[in-house]
Amino acid sequence: MSDDLLNSDLGGVFDGLAGGESSQWAFGTGFEDPLAGVDTTVPDGVDRADLAAYCLMLGDDALIMSQRLAEWCSRAPDLEEDIALANMALDLLGQARLLLSRAAAADPAAVPALPEGSPVPAEDALAFFREAGEFRNVRLAEVANGDFAHIVVRLLLFSVARLALLERLRASTDQVLAAVAAKGVKEVTYHRDWAGRWFLTLAQGTEESRRRLVAALDALWPLHPETVTAHPLETSLAEVGVGVDPASVRDEVDAVLGQVLAVSGVDRPDRAPLAGVGGRTGRDGMHTEAFGRLLAEMQVVARAHPGGRW
Amino acid sequence: MTTTSADPAAREAAQERFDATIARGDRIEPRDWMPEDYRRTLVRQIAQHAHSEIIGMQPEGGWIGRAPSLRRKAILLAKVQDEAGHGLYLYSACETLGVSRAELTEMLLSGRQKYSSIFNYPALSYADVGTIGWLVDGAAICNQVPLCRTSYGPYGRAMIRICKEESFHQRQGYELLMTMMRGTDAQRAMVQESVDRFWWPSLMMFGPPDAASPNSARSMAWGVKRNSNDELRQKFVDMTVPQADVLGVRLPDPDLRWNAERGHYDFGEPDWEEFARVVGGDGPCNAQRMAHRRAAHEDGAWVREAATAFAEKSARGGSR
Repeated sequence: MSDDLLNSDLGGVFDGLAGGESSQWAFGTGFEDPLAGVDTTVPDGVDRADLAAYCLMLGDDALIMSQRLAEWCSRAPDLEEDIALANMALDLLGQARLLLSRAAAADPAAVPALPEGSPVPAEDALAFFREAGEFRNVRLAEVANGDFAHIVVRLLLFSVARLALLERLRASTDQVLAAVAAKGVKEVTYHRDWAGRWFLTLAQGTEESRRRLVAALDALWPLHPETVTAHPLETSLAEVGVGVDPASVRDEVDAVLGQVLAVSGVDRPDRAPLAGVGGRTGRDGMHTEAFGRLLAEMQVVARAHPGGRW
Repeated sequence: MTTTSADPAAREAAQERFDATIARGDRIEPRDWMPEDYRRTLVRQIAQHAHSEIIGMQPEGGWIGRAPSLRRKAILLAKVQDEAGHGLYLYSACETLGVSRAELTEMLLSGRQKYSSIFNYPALSYADVGTIGWLVDGAAICNQVPLCRTSYGPYGRAMIRICKEESFHQRQGYELLMTMMRGTDAQRAMVQESVDRFWWPSLMMFGPPDAASPNSARSMAWGVKRNSNDELRQKFVDMTVPQADVLGVRLPDPDLRWNAERGHYDFGEPDWEEFARVVGGDGPCNAQRMAHRRAAHEDGAWVREAATAFAEKSARGGSR
């Protein structure tokens, strides 16, 4: 084969190094800016620190759930499910980035201080330089992964509650939250469908799959109530039209889960909610032992290079 | 397909049509007659490529959880996901030759089919994510772009899509390294250390020297393979040296220098004994990569069984 032919074959492919076309991911990454043209001013009468804390709650849920989903990468039962799990991790990571950035914009004091001149963007300072007690995610997002049934049940419980919440959040008076919710509804609708389909499949598949599914449901059910229990901050932001009170979606969430359980022929577990510590749970910054290990992994490189550029 | 006609004259005519198609540079399609050796060679090559994509998810995938910025985490996750997708396209191309994905997976797990030996090297720092993109994906692109015009239609078409995505992967790797080189001294040292480790294994990705490459000649005659190992290796070096200069890293080869007479860079000889050891199973990560793949496959067996059982129940009418 002549060198010329090889050169023309390679022509164009290496042009990428110099910039140019950026739409060549197989599945898309949601890297486009969904906030283009959105009014980013904080609505009148809203406390900036409260808005930031609320954004952190929703953003941390997405970030930590994404971290757990991504652990499945290269480990799923089949390539199709590997791709699906990565897709959902990417969706939630995208939501997290928008929400963490919104938190930083609403209240710069919420962002951990880094050494003078550090190039670390605010979203990364929040993700990588907060301590466990400063994260506001529900504990359902953080507990360690188990088998495939475990991730199916976790996603079902998580996405049913998040979808109900995001659907209402589309009407937020905060235009950024409304835009994030509008984007998120489409994504989480797919997550819920995926989890619901697998829930039914595992429930009705084999004896083993049913046994594993019921065990996962039993293990995770105590973490479910936290996703539909209002933190005082959520209640107060709901009152001013910015947030959504998770207790207000409890009936809907309950009905959807009831439907999935009924179709699958699985009983609702009779399990008490997982206790908090001194009444405090994930939204208050009180987490599980597993969460410290998750953060240790997630933050290790960023923290080793507080002045690093990535 | 490859059914051999009992009639020698008909078989000869089929062989002539096949030879003429190859000679014209046209594509062989799944329903066309093809020699059994051609089919077997393609299955071996496409499967090895598919397995490489799947095993190749591991070294980088191990860094998703530790990605040092959310943007890099998203890029890396998307990249590793793309590799799963490439595996899917290639297994599908292979299935058009009459081998199922389950059979191919079994051949990977039993060691009867191989994957690119580059993935038997460890990814030890976040700079490796960049270096794998720049050098490993770069070398893969050199190998793969000519395959877009390979003689077997489904393979060539899969490669067109894969190459476009791979070039994006290469760019993200190079861009990561460029960004790190603008960062701290520790980051620059991390990049150099990573390039030092991956340079020679990248050159080995083109396979042994032409004189020692047993399958090359026939594959080239069939138009399955389109350039020799040494041609592609030279091309890769020629393209990469200026990129290393722009990046500000040193390539760890004292013999590397421009040869004006040849119009190419001269470079040193990779350690082919090391190459043989790694291909033979004794690289730093061979056992680990296979154990990871086997564990994922075995841990997922009950899920695949459940999906099959559920589909059968549903097909019989009513899922309850």
